[in-house]
Amino acid sequence: MTDIPLAHVLILSSLLFTIGFVGVVVRKNTLFMLMSLEVMLNAVGVAFIGAGSVWQEADGQIMFMLILTLAAAEVAVGLALLIRMQRRYRTLDIDVLSKMKG
Amino acid sequence: MNLLASLPLYPLLSFLVLISFGKRLSWAVASWLSVGAMGLSALCSMLLVAQLSTSEVNVITSHLWQWFSVGSAKVNVSFYLDALSAVMILVVTGVGFLIHLFAAIYMKSDENFTRFMAYMNLFIVAMLVLVLADNLVLLYLGWEGVGLCSFLLIGFWYQEKNNVLAARKAFIVTRIGDTAMAIGLFLLFKSLSSLNIVEINQLAQTSETFSLSIANNEASDAYWAALLLLGGAVGKSAQLPLQTWLPDAMAGPTPVSALIHAATMVTAGVYLIARMNGVFIMAPEVMTYVAWLGAITLLLAGVAALAQTDIKRVLAYSTMSQIGYMMLALGAGAWSAGVFHLMTHAFFKALLFLTAGAVILALHHQQNLFKMGGLLKKLPFESALFFIGLACLVALPGTSGFFSKEAIIASLWLSPTAGASLWWCAILGALLTSIYSCRLFFLAFLGEQRFPKDLVISDHLETNHLLRGALVVLALLSLFGGLFTIDLSTVLPLSNESELSPGWLHAVAIITPFIGIAFSWFYFKRYRSRDIISLNESQSSWLVFCRNGLGFDVIYRFLLVKPYCFITQLNRRDLFDQLIMLSAWYVEIWRDVLSASQNGRLRWFAGTFGLSLVGLILVVIL
Repeated sequence: MTDIPLAHVLILSSLLFTIGFVGVVVRKNTLFMLMSLEVMLNAVGVAFIGAGSVWQEADGQIMFMLILTLAAAEVAVGLALLIRMQRRYRTLDIDVLSKMKG
Repeated sequence: MNLLASLPLYPLLSFLVLISFGKRLSWAVASWLSVGAMGLSALCSMLLVAQLSTSEVNVITSHLWQWFSVGSAKVNVSFYLDALSAVMILVVTGVGFLIHLFAAIYMKSDENFTRFMAYMNLFIVAMLVLVLADNLVLLYLGWEGVGLCSFLLIGFWYQEKNNVLAARKAFIVTRIGDTAMAIGLFLLFKSLSSLNIVEINQLAQTSETFSLSIANNEASDAYWAALLLLGGAVGKSAQLPLQTWLPDAMAGPTPVSALIHAATMVTAGVYLIARMNGVFIMAPEVMTYVAWLGAITLLLAGVAALAQTDIKRVLAYSTMSQIGYMMLALGAGAWSAGVFHLMTHAFFKALLFLTAGAVILALHHQQNLFKMGGLLKKLPFESALFFIGLACLVALPGTSGFFSKEAIIASLWLSPTAGASLWWCAILGALLTSIYSCRLFFLAFLGEQRFPKDLVISDHLETNHLLRGALVVLALLSLFGGLFTIDLSTVLPLSNESELSPGWLHAVAIITPFIGIAFSWFYFKRYRSRDIISLNESQSSWLVFCRNGLGFDVIYRFLLVKPYCFITQLNRRDLFDQLIMLSAWYVEIWRDVLSASQNGRLRWFAGTFGLSLVGLILVVIL
């Protein structure tokens, strides 16, 4: 098994993170925003795994499991909110929720 | 707490209670409180004066606390009682008590009764502070305090626009004088580095630089200080250039006119000049100005009083002219005669105003002299009192006004700062006084009654013994007040001997009022005749000119008020305001930017959040 250089892992991770971030900002559909958030979380996870394997430490994998749990919890809350939103506004367009105007 | 310091305390406490509880207090409680406080004050001042006259010392002082200190000079809140302020506190608390008593009954039906009595009490506090202050700053505090109360009380019936305008006029016009006085205080402090009245009076005589002019052509500090103090006195005492506010001030309730605009506050200017005699003696030119100002005011006000139709305005002009006499006396160096006239004038003018108030109330707020007439039969008691007051005013022999006015006139002839021409002015003034007094009496009390026959004269005043008692005490004071001899020689410099003047002067001075009475007996025959049912005020342009105060209001309107309003109109969007508004404008722009960024869109928030995080990290790394 050949070693993958850390730089490649980090490039992949930041690419994924950027894609996810752009997705959060660009998509109007709340479901897709949640999915983009997942992508961002997983980008961070990739960075942890990569770093863990380079330094031969278990910390990276432990952190990934933490992130996975967090992501699951976040998705649970997010989907619940999504359902409420669909019930209340009959749409998933996030721009409808703009009551927090200054 | 000694007796002297407690003197202003009673009215102050009463004021605080009245103003805090307001309308929740019933008439009985409010009047007992305010009049009772005044009674206590009057008792205290009598005790103090008794103490002062029996003890060896000439001065009672009471140091309360130090207010502040400027350099080496300390400004204390402390009271100083000598013979001069003793006269003043007797007048302020004694006459003040009687007027409070009258006012409590006179204003009984007013819905804002407690507010009225509260202001009256506050006025007494301020006046006592003015009179008892041992330094000029505390005096100035009282000086402004009485001005404030005058403003509040003239505008007491604020629902009517004229009253409010009169109050505003009184406030602004006196403020011009007050500003001059404040500058005078600074000048005194600069040249004598003291604010204590006794010290200033001593230093003014001993300091070498004070009365010397610096260069040949420049006037000395003493000259300017005296002139500026005179400015303050002129504003407060309604003397010549600043006299226009007093006739309008009659818009206030009648007890206010009696207390503030006849007996006490308007004489504060006289008190100030008498108090600062050390400064004025060092500036003989200013003494001459004082005398001439007094004389001119005396004559002009007398002429204006001749043409008035409103009973209170006649009395207002007469007050101005009597204060002119006091100024004349001070300017001539007859200090104690001026203060003596101040006291007797307080008695009889308060009596005249209060009786006029009773008459006005009896006629259901009719103040026009041409609609009165024949009151001698309807209101014999009031008529008698009014007659006593007028007799004092025209200085019939034996009354208190006679003693004080003769003392003034006698001192004029040989005075170095006055002289024969001013003596003739005073005589002419006495003649005018007797003529307008007769006109007033004929119009109001003699002749045929010119108000509706069925007009019921309200009798709640008639039957009130307290009210009549107050009037009777004032009448007795007016008649016999001349017998009080007050020894002011410890405070005021002695005036020159009047025995040296020729004897015919006294004879002329005594005869003058009778000439005036005889003249008006025939000249105003129409007014006292019983055959003429209706009288109309003459509309000749000369009389209207006099009635409107000899045109001073018109001149001031064109010279001062109009240009000032024009400038304010030009500068409506104030230039200096705009400069200050720049900073507000700057803040406003940023407010707009920031509030536009809070557009409530989650994606926008997330985007800016992420980008600014990236920006922050970049800043930290680079």
